[in-house]
Amino acid sequence: MSAIELSGVTKNFGPTEIIRGVDLSVRDGERHAMIGPNGAGKSTLFNLISGRLTPTAGAIRLKGEEITGLRPYEINRRGLSRSFQVTNIFPRLSVWENVRCAVLWSMGYKYSFWHNVDSLADVAERTESILRQINLLERRHFSAGVLTYAEQRALEIGITVGGGAEIILLDEPTAGMSVAEAEHAVALIRKLSEGRTLLIIEHDMSVVFNLADRISVLVYGKVIASDEPAKIKANQAVQEAYLGVAA
Amino acid sequence: MSERAQTASAQRSSGGLLATAARYGIWVVLAALLLTLPRIFSSSFTFTMLSLMGISIIFALSYNMLLGQTGMLSFGHAVYYGLGGFLVVHAMNTVTKYSLPIPLPLMPLVGGVAGLFFGVVFGSVSTRRGGTAFAMISLGLGELVASSALILRSFFGGEEGITTNRTKLLRIFDWNFGSQIQIYYLIAFWCLVCVIAMYALTRTPFGRMCNAVRENFERAEFVGYNSQLVRFFAFCLSGFFAGIAGGLAAINFEIVNSGYVGAEQSGSVLLAAYIGGIGFFGGPIIGAILVTWLQVMLSDITEVWQLYFGLLFVGMVMFAPFGISGLLMMHAPLWRARVLWRLVPAYLLALAAGLVMLTGASLVIEMAYHLSTKAADGPMMSFMRVAFSVHSLLPWLMAAVLLIGGYFFFRSSWPYVEGAWHDALMKARERGSAV
Ligand SMILES: Nc1ncnc2c1ncn2[C@@H]1O[C@H](COP(=O)(O)OP(=O)(O)OP(=O)(O)O)[C@@H](O)[C@H]1O
Ligand SMILES: [Mg+2]
Repeated sequence: MSAIELSGVTKNFGPTEIIRGVDLSVRDGERHAMIGPNGAGKSTLFNLISGRLTPTAGAIRLKGEEITGLRPYEINRRGLSRSFQVTNIFPRLSVWENVRCAVLWSMGYKYSFWHNVDSLADVAERTESILRQINLLERRHFSAGVLTYAEQRALEIGITVGGGAEIILLDEPTAGMSVAEAEHAVALIRKLSEGRTLLIIEHDMSVVFNLADRISVLVYGKVIASDEPAKIKANQAVQEAYLGVAA
Repeated sequence: MSERAQTASAQRSSGGLLATAARYGIWVVLAALLLTLPRIFSSSFTFTMLSLMGISIIFALSYNMLLGQTGMLSFGHAVYYGLGGFLVVHAMNTVTKYSLPIPLPLMPLVGGVAGLFFGVVFGSVSTRRGGTAFAMISLGLGELVASSALILRSFFGGEEGITTNRTKLLRIFDWNFGSQIQIYYLIAFWCLVCVIAMYALTRTPFGRMCNAVRENFERAEFVGYNSQLVRFFAFCLSGFFAGIAGGLAAINFEIVNSGYVGAEQSGSVLLAAYIGGIGFFGGPIIGAILVTWLQVMLSDITEVWQLYFGLLFVGMVMFAPFGISGLLMMHAPLWRARVLWRLVPAYLLALAAGLVMLTGASLVIEMAYHLSTKAADGPMMSFMRVAFSVHSLLPWLMAAVLLIGGYFFFRSSWPYVEGAWHDALMKARERGSAV
């Protein structure tokens, strides 16, 4: 069964069709990269899968269950979590609280107004372990808004994986980072996605070919190829439409 | 267990004990304070003032559950306060009429339930959207209820309102609540309970997610939370506490009228919360105390007290957007580093300048007010116990000198304040404080 399955998904913004009939299958447990030129509609596709936008037509399934038209929190509760291309955190909350917010629901505390949040040992433990992994434990008392760009990107990932979702969507997690920072981030992503399904949008080809089990190429709102890295490299259409430009 | 681990855990448990003492100690101190206040200031005027403050504290904190905690700007919070008040008066009258065995101290709960009920009803509409849409709907609902209050006479009692008698309910401990001091204790009790409850609420997963929704409601949805539902719950709970406050007010005054649900009441709680500072839990408490005090004292001194009140609000928004609690918190690191006293001389200088300016401004305001609305009383008026004629030039000149001179005095005092801050910070850093 596929973790994520899109069939005939289209999305119009007004008269313009941005996503033009996408069929895509992300297999359970794989690391799947999505590449494509700027404006191809990659982020829009993420927005459709995660419930930020509703498709104009077509169906989206998560682990075999139809999720088309569900709200983001409903999709999140079914085990999908995503990050954003433009950092999307809780700026005036502390780093610690940012991650803790992401942990609470999945640990069953929901809207509880009878627990003292500071004395939940399981929540604290999980929050701490995530902060350690994203290397922000030292910075936990700072407001998220004052972190450096790279730190905020790391926090973005921390919030995304905090809930322990089985399916993780990362939208350009390394964009804007220095080479060293990006390397660190990729190692982190590799570790965090262990045993989960990962769908990642990435422009850096070395990262993509290094990390991905399979790659899908989105060009002008259509998936023109979806295959193993070696076959994508060899694919004529991909070379013409995309890699050819880069190479 | 290794020695180091043992000492670490011993430290933790003693830290835990201290933390527990600190956590509950403050409530014990607060309770003790509430009990002793009427002994220190034992005039019926103070009992009244303290009672009003207690009511206002609950109301302002309930308001801040929306504005400060969840980021919802409401222009109609008096609806839940007022409806709580009306339901309490009706309940009291019913209880009296049928001699039901329900004592007065439980009546505020009726207000709470009423506030909760209307919170559920109106909140299900208004909290669907956040931001401006919510603010506009709250304004509309406020107007709707305020105008209903004048139309539905049997329930709201029209312009006169509805009266009640708080001494006619079932007595406990032989208290009939006829005297203001007994009412003070009743209000103090509920105030303490509500403050603790509302504080505790901020420490729960729900309370934290209110903050998350305030900061970034969209992101909250991607970590599993329905932001709309968070807003709705916050709104209902806030209605509950507002209803308790309204119920206490009804008990205190033994009358409710359409003013309880009106825009002025909604506006005044917004001002109290904002002036006190919406960013800290204690902010609205400070604001409620100050605003109540000003409302009582200023209205005794001057007839245009609302104008001063407005000036204060505008001043706060412009120069201290985080309110009084924000100003206080700004000084906390200096206090901890024991360098706060270094600011005192500069602050006194600026304060003196500010007072000169204020005197000038208030002289202008009072003379203008006298000229425009009290012309029939003749030109003589008095200001700070000095009598003079508003038709003579001298007082106007004096006012102008005070105002303009005060302004320049203040301007030139400001570098001293900045300098003192700089010095204090330097000294604190020298001593190794993280400021
Ligand atoms: N809410 C919207 N309303 C209208 N047009 C939109 C909206 N969101 C995206 N678009 C348009 O859809 C197209 C695809 O945008 P999208 O952000 O999905 O591209 P992308 O593949 O993620 O590009 P990039 O690599 O630059 O991030 C762009 O032309 C964009 O302007
Ligand atoms: Mg994009």
